[in-house]
Amino acid sequence: MIGAVPFGIIFGTLSGGAGLSAAGTIGMSLFVFAGSAQFIAVGLLGSGTMWPIIVLTTFIVNFRHLLYTATLLEYLKRLPRLWQVVLTFGLTDETFAVAAGRWLQDNGSPYKHWYQLGSMIFMYTNWNLCTLVGLVAGRMLQEIGGWGLDFAMVAAFIGMVIPYLKDKPTYAAVFAAGISALIFHGMPHKLGLIMAAVIGMTAGVSAERLWERH
Amino acid sequence: METLYLVAGMALVTFSIRYGLLPLSGRINISGRMRNALRYVPPVVLTAIIVPAVLYPNGQTFLHVSFNNAYLVGAIATVVIGKLSKNLLITIVCGMACFGLWQWILKMM
Repeated sequence: MIGAVPFGIIFGTLSGGAGLSAAGTIGMSLFVFAGSAQFIAVGLLGSGTMWPIIVLTTFIVNFRHLLYTATLLEYLKRLPRLWQVVLTFGLTDETFAVAAGRWLQDNGSPYKHWYQLGSMIFMYTNWNLCTLVGLVAGRMLQEIGGWGLDFAMVAAFIGMVIPYLKDKPTYAAVFAAGISALIFHGMPHKLGLIMAAVIGMTAGVSAERLWERH
Repeated sequence: METLYLVAGMALVTFSIRYGLLPLSGRINISGRMRNALRYVPPVVLTAIIVPAVLYPNGQTFLHVSFNNAYLVGAIATVVIGKLSKNLLITIVCGMACFGLWQWILKMM
């Protein structure tokens, strides 16, 4: 949970330089509430991408959240509709990590949905407060003159990719995605990004099988 | 207006993904293979944004592989710092400092 603090602040800080208004930044944290997709949206906005492409990319990036609902389906199914809507709205990577641990614990506690709601509210508040702090910090830095701030996005993204680099297939996936992104760079509407993502995923999965066999 | 469409679109798409399975309950099956492939999405998409931003800086149309490209030098330094420090904030701050320093050196030369 504390791990989300720098991310929220960094998101708020970078948004201004990418041309996202203060209202847009706050609105994104309030209504979208999805860390990596928000970062990627800001990155794409900074390079002048049109909004339908960003929405499409959000779909691809957040598609993994479907698995979270799938994992908790058995439990969520039994709750009233309003609970389902609220709990799935806040089903981020972090909430899932915390909530799944609790749901899958084999005791008959009838209050598990309250536990998930609690952790969700905590993270939601945290994420939005950090966005505000970052927003203010970012505007102040811009006034000072933005030293190296145009590089901040690249540095932040590199820092976010590194924790994923734990096994060979992930290296293969990232490497393939980087090369493809260069090859397809000239494609209109940043479609090269989506091509690169698909090729990267394929490379990761293929590499897994390759190394498993040996 | 664009911002409104963007935020509304992203919110709608994200909520549909997170909520969508409940009304469809049981009628969709996600294979283990798909499950596994999705794990690669975040690092892959981030990389696909970083690499062109570093090698085609400031909207240039040619591949800029040289020490005169402060973005490239900064990115390499950031990867090394990130690998060693394993701390996001240190990585960002030191990476930005390396980039700024290299830009300053290039200006001096």
